[in-house]
Amino acid sequence: MSLVFDVALAAGLVALALHVVLTRDGKGAIIAFIGFGLLLGIGWARLASVDVALTEAAIGGGLTGMLLLRTQAHLAGRGVRPAQTGHPSWRLAAAGCTIVTLGLGYVVLAFPSPAPSLAREVAGSLDATGLGNPVTAVLLAFRAIDTLLEKIVIILALIGVWSLASDPNWGGSSHLRPASVPEPLVFLARMLPPFGVVIAVYQVWVGADLPGGTFQAGTILAAMWLLVMLAGLRPAPETRAAGLRMMLAAGPALFLLIGFLGFLIAGGFLAYPEAVAKPLIVAIEVALTLSVAATLGLLVAGPPDKEPAR
Amino acid sequence: MSALALTSASLFGLCGAALVGIGLFCILTHPELLRRLVGFNILGAGIFLVFGAVARRGAALGFGGDPVPQAMVITGIVVAFAATALAAALLRRLFDLTGRASLETGQAELRPRSEP
Repeated sequence: MSLVFDVALAAGLVALALHVVLTRDGKGAIIAFIGFGLLLGIGWARLASVDVALTEAAIGGGLTGMLLLRTQAHLAGRGVRPAQTGHPSWRLAAAGCTIVTLGLGYVVLAFPSPAPSLAREVAGSLDATGLGNPVTAVLLAFRAIDTLLEKIVIILALIGVWSLASDPNWGGSSHLRPASVPEPLVFLARMLPPFGVVIAVYQVWVGADLPGGTFQAGTILAAMWLLVMLAGLRPAPETRAAGLRMMLAAGPALFLLIGFLGFLIAGGFLAYPEAVAKPLIVAIEVALTLSVAATLGLLVAGPPDKEPAR
Repeated sequence: MSALALTSASLFGLCGAALVGIGLFCILTHPELLRRLVGFNILGAGIFLVFGAVARRGAALGFGGDPVPQAMVITGIVVAFAATALAAALLRRLFDLTGRASLETGQAELRPRSEP
């Protein structure tokens, strides 16, 4: 029975992806992609990866979808003509892509058995971190360097996005509020954020022991913030504001600080002393959540397009 | 691990392989840059899904899957989002400066906007 469900899910994913590629309707393609992200989230849950499922639904479907929709509206609003279809060498490309798919499919079917796994090593060291969620333990303890670098990558991406502003707008704010704000949007923007904040706090806290964590919580906070800005209840912040920049840098800075402290107190970069491992990890998670929320929200908001107030 | 779970992991792995092909085709052939960006995300989703099959097969000791690949996929999703945001901003800038949303040659420039 469950296999029937999985087959239907996989078929739905492939069908939606094909629709995205083949449809002539630009907006429809992006809406299909958002549906694709949500279906993929269910697929991850079927693969017993609930942490990934939450991240995929929140970031892969939701936030990416919103970003793409905004970009599409920006292009369509100025009357960009749909480009001509029919690439001359599409047959060659189709053949090449089919070969890539077949090759990958062969690899999937030829996976070694028994499968190599680090689950035993993680289970053996999990007690030392005081955490109950193995994925959080990998993200913030065993492979913390990946997470640290990832935080720095998203800050670098934000600097890249900001630097695409035209000269007079540098340090200004993004304009998110549409010309006319529909009433239901204002209602939602007033109603949802309290719930969103509670869910985000819960996600950070529970992430230590159950599926959840910084990325998921940060994305929910970012979504609530974007909702408020889109409804025009609060303007987007000026990107030159010192407080905002402090908030962006605080999470990675604390992470780095604790990382270097590891040399003094635990004998290595990003090493935690066993007695205080869990408090340290939770502190990093809380600071990172706020930074991640601000960074993701500003990445969706895009380059500043209003001049800073004098 | 049961044979059914193994089959299910392979099924999503194959689905991932198909998504990689579809996304790659979109990136290679679609004339609109925005759609190529969506294709890039589909390609990424496919690669993550293949990796997810690896994670599922590594289930042991009561874990539903190997947590190390799962954590790497979470990191990957966030980094892919950051790359998408940067690409979308570049595309908007290209459009604002040249009036084009495509790299195809021979397309007439539409409404170039001068910089203020």
